[in-house]
Amino acid sequence: MDSRFKQLIINNSDSIVQKWMDEIASLKSGNYTVTISDELYESTNREFVNVIFTSIRNQGSTKAVEEFSEKIINLGWPLSYITDGLQVFRRVSTEYLLGQSEKVDSDYFSNVFTSVDNWVEPLIRELVNEYSGSWEHILSLQRVALQELSAPLIPVMENITIMPLIGTIDTDRAKLIMENLLEGAMKHNSEVVLIDITGVPVVDTMVAHHIIQAAEAVRLIGSTCILVGIRPEIAQTIINLGIDLSNFPTKSTLKKGFTKALEITGRRVVDIDVKRNNIEHIMDSLQGE
Amino acid sequence: MEPQSCVNINKEWDIVGARQLGREMAKKLGFGTVDQARIATAVSELARNIYLYADKGQICFEVIDKRERQGLCMTAVDTGPGISDISKVMEDGYTTSGGLGAGLPGVKRLMDEFDIVSEIEKGTRIKTVKWIR
Repeated sequence: MDSRFKQLIINNSDSIVQKWMDEIASLKSGNYTVTISDELYESTNREFVNVIFTSIRNQGSTKAVEEFSEKIINLGWPLSYITDGLQVFRRVSTEYLLGQSEKVDSDYFSNVFTSVDNWVEPLIRELVNEYSGSWEHILSLQRVALQELSAPLIPVMENITIMPLIGTIDTDRAKLIMENLLEGAMKHNSEVVLIDITGVPVVDTMVAHHIIQAAEAVRLIGSTCILVGIRPEIAQTIINLGIDLSNFPTKSTLKKGFTKALEITGRRVVDIDVKRNNIEHIMDSLQGE
Repeated sequence: MEPQSCVNINKEWDIVGARQLGREMAKKLGFGTVDQARIATAVSELARNIYLYADKGQICFEVIDKRERQGLCMTAVDTGPGISDISKVMEDGYTTSGGLGAGLPGVKRLMDEFDIVSEIEKGTRIKTVKWIR
């Protein structure tokens, strides 16, 4: 029975495809795919229906399914395009098969439904799996990318290192910050480490706790940690929360912190012009004598 | 009163979502930057408590618009283990998770009104309000 239906569908694929295309085209307006050009929509639909038919003909064409779902993702089309398309195909082919027989009893009815379901269901499963799998893959790549820039350590000068923190700090990131901070401070032989929290939106007790721990750990390996970039509203919330930050130095801006760091390492920034003027001045006065 | 909008807290990243909603509502209501930061921090503390101790819960935001004053009401509800000694958790420095122990007393200082109800094995409900000055 099943193979007879299959033959029937394949032999009359032209009229079924036509019906399917019409229905899909009517879905376009007032739906998710409004911004897509008509040509692209039609060519993708044609490809879609080809994928459906190849999969019905030989039950194992994973390659075509894979490629197609990848294409849909690259185009940025929603998953509902795939599910809608297959739903429509189910309806169209069921209607077609029912229309082919003169006498329709309940046996025939259920046979048609079972066969069509048998073709469509594995395809739905496969396409949806492919689609969501690709998304998960993209997501995990982004997570890795995000992790790579979550706790950078910049050696700006000999003995001075800066860690700028931007964005939300969660438990994983706090761990990473601690590790990178200690490892980097050892590697660059830093005397002073500046932690810049200008880009941290909220400093709650957990964030503060992690920063305090990191600073304490830095102190244990013999470096000084300066917390910089404390905005006025953050300062007020820290006071409201009752967090004690008196044990290590803080500065309002990275600039002030850096000046302090230079001071600790016994250096300072000098204007070259002023120095040259001074020398010229001395030379002049020497010549005058 | 305006309808509530709620955020479910199930995983750590939900804390960020709750915080953003809180900050956005505070901004729309006309709170200053300092109060916005206070509200966002308070949401962060409440949401983190739910995530750490109760696993699942919800934070609801509500705009209070009375004739004499306006404000933002936040309610944190969870179905966690409950708190056996409320006076203890409201002490500064008391913690069971190795943290700073400043969360709940901190929230009380960050906000204008603070009300906590907890039942063992049933859950905890914290209601706080910040008024616009």
